[in-house]
Amino acid sequence: MASNTFLSRRAFVGAGFAAAAAFGALPAAALNVDQARALIDKVVADINGVIGSGQSEAQMLGSFEKLFARYADVPTIARSALGAAARSASSAQMAAFTKAFQRYISRKYGRRFREFIGGRIEVNDAKPLKSYYEVISTAYLKGESPFEVRWHVGDKSGKNLFFNIIIEGVNMLASERAEIGAMLDKRKGDIDALVADLNAT
Amino acid sequence: MTVKIPLIRVLPLVVAGALLAGCAAAPASQGVNDPLEPMNRAVHGVNKGLDRAVVRPASKAYAAVVPEPLRQGVSNVADVLELPGDIANGLLQGRIDRAATNTLRLAANLTLGLGGLLDFASAAGMPEYKTDFGETLAVWGVGEGPYVELPLAGPSTARDAVGTVVDLAMNPLNGLFEGDDRTAAMGVAVLSRLNDRARYSGTIDSILYESADSYVQARLLYLQNRRFALGGGDAAGDEGGDAFIDPYEDSNGQ
Repeated sequence: MASNTFLSRRAFVGAGFAAAAAFGALPAAALNVDQARALIDKVVADINGVIGSGQSEAQMLGSFEKLFARYADVPTIARSALGAAARSASSAQMAAFTKAFQRYISRKYGRRFREFIGGRIEVNDAKPLKSYYEVISTAYLKGESPFEVRWHVGDKSGKNLFFNIIIEGVNMLASERAEIGAMLDKRKGDIDALVADLNAT
Repeated sequence: MTVKIPLIRVLPLVVAGALLAGCAAAPASQGVNDPLEPMNRAVHGVNKGLDRAVVRPASKAYAAVVPEPLRQGVSNVADVLELPGDIANGLLQGRIDRAATNTLRLAANLTLGLGGLLDFASAAGMPEYKTDFGETLAVWGVGEGPYVELPLAGPSTARDAVGTVVDLAMNPLNGLFEGDDRTAAMGVAVLSRLNDRARYSGTIDSILYESADSYVQARLLYLQNRRFALGGGDAAGDEGGDAFIDPYEDSNGQ
């Protein structure tokens, strides 16, 4: 594969365009419980792959950011975390904030997932929840009692993506709303300052 | 004509009553009820200072000096010492099965677990049901009350603060240990807490020292996790629960 990198990348891009052309015009197929479960199965397989890969911390954090960008609805999570301030933000500010938020949250949660080294996550169940789906998984960590991780999955972005993670009742969206809200208060509501500080950490 | 009702016939009624009390339990709490915030924030500042100056360095030293298997053994003994309280609260909650499992755990770990050093029961597949009088009050239908941050003990609610005091005062072991034994039991409990502080240092440090408002993060984390634990682990699945946030609904309102 190494000798063919250029070719395969071209082939990949070409296939991607073809797929986009083929599916782009079609409405997104309605999400069902099996697809929601399949999405989280993939997320969990990829997380398990990263925590078992033996990568360095910096490499792992980069891998987690890629996973987050691929499987989570980052623009929606970022907008929700920003709360009421998102309404007065310009589209340039929202774009900059979303990018900074993606990096911030991948590093923050990536460092937690790093503690999962030697452990694994298993998907147990999936069920409808309002107009979304909830996928229930269990994390098995070395020397810990197993604990529950829930994933909320939706397709309102046009793709099947998760938008919340709930670990033993502790909700990522709720925590980040409080945290980003507090960061914004400290900067007297200045979104540009918030973005600059998120990028600096 | 006198009617004699044998105890054996009444007992199921008592148990059923306890179970009904469980069904009629306190309405699920939502949101944040924190009228004492200024005082709580002051206590939070003190607790954070204590953690920075004493608890965190002590936990690091403990983890550095004492090898992991020995620390685990001490924590296992601490868990065994908590079991009598867990059993008593399980009975008060009408959760006979959990109290019975905890009793088996106690017997197994005291004997095959060499006096509690080894957690034989968990290895044998007996789950541990940790509980406290705060949960008993919740099962009895007492509401959560306002959020409070306690000195040393940290995040709590009015209901859980009462529970903590009752658990300390009514611990079945109080009468059993005296003098040096009692000091040793307390030492084991403190070391077990230090071990937890060391083990979860990444998470705890990120909340206390890396978040923009550690008071708000600690409060949110405690309330969400406690409600989850008291809801039997299914709170997140309830449609009316706090856990479900629809971020698409917000953006539609723009």
